[in-house]
Amino acid sequence: MAKEKKGVRLEHISKIYKDPKTGKDFYAVKDANLEIAPGSFVTLLGPSGCGKTTTLRMIAGFESPDEGEIYLGGEPINALTPNKRDTAMVFQSYALLPHYNIFDNVAYGLKLRKLDRETIREKVTNILKLVGLEGMEARMTNQLSGGQQQRVALARALVLEPGVLLFDEPLSNLDAKLRVTMRTEIRRIQQEAGITAVYVTHDQSEAMALSDQIIVMEKGLVAQIGTPQEIYYHPANEFVADFIGEANFLRGKLSGKNGDNGIVTVEGTCVEVVGVAALEDGKDCTLVLRPESAVLADAGQLPCRVIVSCFMGSYQNYHVMVGDTLVKITDFNPKNKKIYAVGDTAYVAFEKENVHVL
Amino acid sequence: MASRQGAALDRKKLLGDPIMVTTIVLLITFLTLFILYPLAILLVDSVYSSDTGLTGSVFQRIFRIKSFRTAITNTLKVGFTVGIFSTLVGLLFAYVEEYVKVRTKFMGGLFQVVSMLPVVSPPFVLSLSMIMLFGKAGIITRYLLKIYDNSVYGYWGIVVVQTLTFFPVCYMMLKGLLKNIDPSLEEAARDMGASRSRVFTTVTLPLILPGLGNAFLVTFIESIADFANPMIIGGSYDTLATTIYLQITGAYDKQGAAAMAVVLLTITLGMYLVQKYVLEKKTAATLTGKASRARMLIEDRSVTIPLTVFCSLVAVFVIMMYICVPFGALFKTWGFDFHLTTKWFKLVFTRYKGFKAFKDSFILSLASAPITALLSMIISYLVVKRKFKAKGFIEFVSMLAMAVPGTVLGIGYIRGFVNGVFGTGFLKEIYGSAAILIIVFVIRSLPTGTRSGISALRQIDKSIEESAYDMGANSFQVFMTVTLPLIKDSFLSGLVTAFVRSITAISAIILLVTPQFLLITVQINEFAEKGSYGIACAFATILILITYGSVLLMNLVMKYFGTSRKIKEDN
Repeated sequence: MAKEKKGVRLEHISKIYKDPKTGKDFYAVKDANLEIAPGSFVTLLGPSGCGKTTTLRMIAGFESPDEGEIYLGGEPINALTPNKRDTAMVFQSYALLPHYNIFDNVAYGLKLRKLDRETIREKVTNILKLVGLEGMEARMTNQLSGGQQQRVALARALVLEPGVLLFDEPLSNLDAKLRVTMRTEIRRIQQEAGITAVYVTHDQSEAMALSDQIIVMEKGLVAQIGTPQEIYYHPANEFVADFIGEANFLRGKLSGKNGDNGIVTVEGTCVEVVGVAALEDGKDCTLVLRPESAVLADAGQLPCRVIVSCFMGSYQNYHVMVGDTLVKITDFNPKNKKIYAVGDTAYVAFEKENVHVL
Repeated sequence: MASRQGAALDRKKLLGDPIMVTTIVLLITFLTLFILYPLAILLVDSVYSSDTGLTGSVFQRIFRIKSFRTAITNTLKVGFTVGIFSTLVGLLFAYVEEYVKVRTKFMGGLFQVVSMLPVVSPPFVLSLSMIMLFGKAGIITRYLLKIYDNSVYGYWGIVVVQTLTFFPVCYMMLKGLLKNIDPSLEEAARDMGASRSRVFTTVTLPLILPGLGNAFLVTFIESIADFANPMIIGGSYDTLATTIYLQITGAYDKQGAAAMAVVLLTITLGMYLVQKYVLEKKTAATLTGKASRARMLIEDRSVTIPLTVFCSLVAVFVIMMYICVPFGALFKTWGFDFHLTTKWFKLVFTRYKGFKAFKDSFILSLASAPITALLSMIISYLVVKRKFKAKGFIEFVSMLAMAVPGTVLGIGYIRGFVNGVFGTGFLKEIYGSAAILIIVFVIRSLPTGTRSGISALRQIDKSIEESAYDMGANSFQVFMTVTLPLIKDSFLSGLVTAFVRSITAISAIILLVTPQFLLITVQINEFAEKGSYGIACAFATILILITYGSVLLMNLVMKYFGTSRKIKEDN
């Protein structure tokens, strides 16, 4: 539906703020280089204060980058004010105009573009249908539920057929259940509209459910860019591994390698791993083991002692000590499996492909 | 550092918005020309003349004048006493309102009236009724108490009248503070075993201490800046404001008056800076939290009865003083002949050109009100919602007018515009015209309007305007279609407040008005000075009716057209 899908490119973008307490300058975003392909759904993910919202607001034009240039559809847009940019934003607080009804909220941008009444009516009606709010044109915004307000905010942005749609944590004010429904909706609508979307969130499951690409940010720096699978299975560092899903970190030493295969010594035990081509033999390394990719068994790679064993319904939750390292394990569908009790000794067992080496 | 690019881009974006730029430039010019320039010229005037060059002789001369030195001590003495009394009375009222259970309709009504009085009342009404109740021919002193030589003129007269005039301001300020104290703080102290009075002295009081200081200074400034009351009830007890007035109207000593004005300005400005930059910050710092739930009101009779009785007495007393004014206009001869008559009202409209006075006052105030309201909304919008370099300047200067006594501003305008700007003849025409009166009205009401606009705008989520901006509206469109509709209430009340303040203003205006215009307040002042209380009361009665009527009208309009309140409640 969009007139033209546009890509976004950030070249060496930095934003410097003054710390209000110390008065010192610091980088809110530092040297970000991003390429967002036309029509794709890209998420900026990170904890609060990582610079994701600042990056989004620079794309929208509310903040001006202190270094670098932003391109929208190939055009540099640094000097353009937000109203001149082909972007539309969905705000965290929805930011609906409280003195207008739904129709006028959605029509606001179209009226500014001086479209004729008929066209406006048609477009607004169509878009309200797309977001599932047909027939509610005359309602005032304060008569809507959170989810409905969210849809209005989305419709209002979509109706402008922007080159890029920007989302600033749009689901954070909704309750958990509605959040899940809405994120499916957002993904469906984005696909139907075939629009480029940049989405800011601190919720990793939201990011995974929605995105073609995830950009993980930490303290103003881009930590990793990749598809949800790449980021989950091959995190670039411990921060990413820890932030996306849960992870166990096992410290060890690479004590022999053969191409991509290697042996890592962890807590005195040798473990076979893959994916060590880039690592140097004899150096310290860390194994990243997701709780769901390991089980407890009577035989396996790492001997351990159970300190927590807790039935959670769909899985059995274990905390075990491998030497001095705490390892969490979630063993799914435990109904007919052997359950280990606190104090038992056992082995942590996993397939070597399920371990990621940092 | 490379942060210059961001700033440069921000500037570029701003310059790409011609309406914004024009507005900002016009605003800066307006504020500089009509606030900063007149004040600067006073300073220049008092230390420089073309004959002698740079000199301190003017200051030496005025400080040698004994009456001027007395005026300084008088002013400070009055300001100090009034500040303390007003704060205390205001605190009691606020405490009763927020902490004490006295929910009778009668008391609620009394409190409402008291909080509205400073808005609708012309500045000198209380002085007038003070004289009529307690003066030599006062009903209470002469007829009830049989005291025939009571003098209300002087120090105590001013103190009583100003306290009664200004304590409602303190009451409103402190009410807001007390409301924001989280009751659980006090409950925690109670729970740990503190008595009620101990809770007050160890929890409540420390929390509002900066706020009390704030209220004290605001009243202090208002008291020293007050011209009308000392003029009428001061007698021979001169304050700075009246001394300056007499120096220019009686002694025709413009340079001396300018220097005196600088002295007065220095005092108020100093107080203002302390108030704004020290106390206001502290107040905000101690009271960050919002009350989590309603407070359990005090029902203990040993507390409620004395407090209620005291506040009721003060409120009744104030109301009585106001009621006295229309009666003053209806009695044949106040203090001697209590037959009812309409002769004073007739005289007002026949011999004393009442119609012209009301017309002039009304039209000038009506013209200034929308300008003030719109200007203060624009300033608030720029200050709260936009970022640009001159923002601090605009906010500071438009609020600065609060610290400038009307008399000082009046002298500044005389010195600054009588021969045009810097004596060049530029803008000479506005001197003596309606324009300069309107401008003075605007400048005098600007701080109140701006303050209410700023607090209204701060409550609106910044992203609402950003979203409009993001959808393609330029600054002007954002202001007209989003900001203004959302602060409609604030705009409307700014409109009426500006009108009321203008029509009841006197201090600056009395120095600038030319015989071409008759203003009600100036008339009242004149007749009160002459002792023609019947005429003065008749004028004042009609003035109160006008102001009260416009406030009623505003409430009515807001009830039916004010949407922003509805939105706020529903959210």
